[in-house]
Amino acid sequence: MTTSTPPPPAATSQTGEHPLIGRGNREGNQLFKDWYGRLDAAAERGEKAAYVFVMGNAIELLESFDLPIVHSEINALQTAVRHVSDSYIAQAEDHGYGTDVCGYVKADYGLQLRGGEHPMGRIPKPAIAVYTGACNTYIKWAEIWERMYGIPIVTLDVPGPRAAGVLPGRGNRDFENDLAYVRGQLGELIERLEELTGRRFDVDRLREVMGHANEMTRDWVRVLELNRSHPAVYNAVTDGTVYLGVVNGFRGRPEGARYFRELVEELEHKAANGIGTPFEEQHRLAFVGVPCYPIYRRFSEMFTQHGGIFVGSSYTWFASGGWSTGFEYDLDHPVESLAEGLLVVARASMDAMFHTDRILADLAEPFAIDGIVYHAIKSCRTVSAGLADSRRAVMEQADVGTLLIDSDHMDPRVVSEAQMKNRVDAFFEGLETRKLLARSAS
Amino acid sequence: MEPRLLDDWQGLDLDGLLRYVREVVEDADYPTVRRWRASGGKVVGHFQVYFPEEIAMAAGLLPVKIHGAPIEPRQGDAHFGSYLCSIVKTSLELALSGRLELDMFVSHPICDTARNLAAVWGRNVGYPCEVLYLPQNANSSHSARYLRGEYERLQRGLEAIAGREVSEADLVRAIGVYNENRELLRRLYAIKRTSPWLLGVDEAYVLVALGGRIFREEHNELLRAVIPMIERREATPQDRMRLVLEGGFCEQPPLDLLTTIAQSSYVVDDDLLVGMRFLTDDVPLEGAALDNLAESYLERSTYTPVQHDLRKPKERMLLDRIRSAGAGAAVLCAAKMCEPGLDEQVPYVKALEEEGIPYFVTEFEESMTSFESLQIQLETFIENVLFAEA
Repeated sequence: MTTSTPPPPAATSQTGEHPLIGRGNREGNQLFKDWYGRLDAAAERGEKAAYVFVMGNAIELLESFDLPIVHSEINALQTAVRHVSDSYIAQAEDHGYGTDVCGYVKADYGLQLRGGEHPMGRIPKPAIAVYTGACNTYIKWAEIWERMYGIPIVTLDVPGPRAAGVLPGRGNRDFENDLAYVRGQLGELIERLEELTGRRFDVDRLREVMGHANEMTRDWVRVLELNRSHPAVYNAVTDGTVYLGVVNGFRGRPEGARYFRELVEELEHKAANGIGTPFEEQHRLAFVGVPCYPIYRRFSEMFTQHGGIFVGSSYTWFASGGWSTGFEYDLDHPVESLAEGLLVVARASMDAMFHTDRILADLAEPFAIDGIVYHAIKSCRTVSAGLADSRRAVMEQADVGTLLIDSDHMDPRVVSEAQMKNRVDAFFEGLETRKLLARSAS
Repeated sequence: MEPRLLDDWQGLDLDGLLRYVREVVEDADYPTVRRWRASGGKVVGHFQVYFPEEIAMAAGLLPVKIHGAPIEPRQGDAHFGSYLCSIVKTSLELALSGRLELDMFVSHPICDTARNLAAVWGRNVGYPCEVLYLPQNANSSHSARYLRGEYERLQRGLEAIAGREVSEADLVRAIGVYNENRELLRRLYAIKRTSPWLLGVDEAYVLVALGGRIFREEHNELLRAVIPMIERREATPQDRMRLVLEGGFCEQPPLDLLTTIAQSSYVVDDDLLVGMRFLTDDVPLEGAALDNLAESYLERSTYTPVQHDLRKPKERMLLDRIRSAGAGAAVLCAAKMCEPGLDEQVPYVKALEEEGIPYFVTEFEESMTSFESLQIQLETFIENVLFAEA
């Protein structure tokens, strides 16, 4: 847990709203635009980038070599949010990728065929791809780039959790075996990056980047924790996705660390003054899965119109690359610690997907959850394959309302909005009934 | 010698033996496993694709290969969402319905669905369920040492189930049994390549699959008997197209689908149950056994869409398979909802087109029951190729 700065006096702006409020979203969106602006400029200059994914990527190391970094999942989801994913997907399907292939992969394939043309700006071509197997499709995806561009692709193989509740740490021989493997691969990656860039590895630069990452991690954990407040100070699905963008795009950068420092300031102010989201909070919800990006705004409204606020989300665990664990680097031993961090957080990412029943233990009581929404998506079996079973397990353990809906996070053809809304409406009727029964019983 | 789990088959002729083996392989109640359990034996079930069964055998456990089943996943369906392949549902059904009783279940991170399987399985049964994390970076100089450590971890888990320690001698003996098994399976596949009229793809399949349900010593005994019978079989070569079938590395096509393909062509090589043939050469018997198993996985092994080795680009490996088998065309099939299989079809098609090798693309599901349409399409494909060559 981080030390918190006391909230500033509750001064108000001329519009009656404190100037802190909404700053996180405004600045997060601006950072995002700046980020894409930098990528666009790099593409214009003909520079090539390191392609990575959100779960386990060693961007601290890539950043220390000053490589532009492209997050391919984020590029893909932005096409869905901007309602153009279908045309990118169609291009990939014309080239033989089937309807059951991951929409992220297909949107990116279309993006590459268009020379990087993206609604947010041009995306540079890859010089290298670095990824873990936290999602198996990462590897298949990188193989596409290898074939397309002949670039080096590097699997940083990070072993995942072997069984529920088994996450050993330092001193355990199985952990040490995993760590030696990751550390060895990291050394090989450093050599590969030196060859690629023609630069010597600079451990002090890495240490500096890791220091920024540590600051961000401390504040990210604090942000997650602050939503225990009543009312919740942000919506973990909508606002949380903005924060996730900064976690992934700006980890290891000073502006990322500053952003989260200021975000904590904003959210602590809201918590201290009882300020919630713009919607009246009637039901506190947890979200498990990936948002429905093709109808992103309306998806959120299906819940907020009933006063349903997502106070926690498994997405903020695994899609932050596992940094919700709060792992901080030991700056005295940067390479060793980078390896350990990579192992611990990528494993945590995987654990947050495979053992989602733990959401009950982690969120239900401390966050006073009324209901859990599971959103399974066709594209992503990593996230979705276990949700139905996990939900069953949770329902056996606790008296909490649950809803399982399925659609896709990329392909609008798979999203049946009216059907989804009917089920969401029924879910809230159920939550209301539960509360009525509970009140009458007491 | 480990106990025999099959009925007495020694007196059967080749056709009778193949019928019997097919019955055993198609029996979703796993009679051989029941027989072993009835005698007090313990069982470790492992999901596709590859598993170092030698370690389980060394511990005195029966390793059972789980690759779905021709059954309705009545309970399995409820534990998985939509848009998932059939094999995970029917595999779980085997456990939930009580057809297949295990003492331990092991899955592998071969794909995004399978890596969830151990967690789902573990929430619904009372025995240990875990992931064996085979390395996905075969190109790192650190992979072999890591895998040896991972095999040690697995061994400790198996010892706990078996209630006894595994010695180096136990491991070496098991490796010897499996080396012979690999050699016999290679001989079986050599018959397919050199004299495919002697052995249909469906017949070869059941002979291989049987090994996933009995101890390999007994499997070896049966293969040693059946291979000469196949070689002596009276069958006339026919003018049929020689095909390679690609896409059976995980979910298995229904046997009737294989029979349909065998009616119009010779399948001279394939990747059906490739995990049982994943190691392509003998595992050395000298030196540390687990080191040898780990090194063999990385250095003496074939390819699948779910193993990642930059030295083995899948499309090049497929072309090698086609050429070394003397095949004239390929059938590319992928299980429905199988991301790795579907991903791989695109580069396969591109490579085959560049090489001018005819190919036929299809999807399958283990539960499919109608094959007329596939048969017509395949026959049309073959006719087109033959006419083009004439």
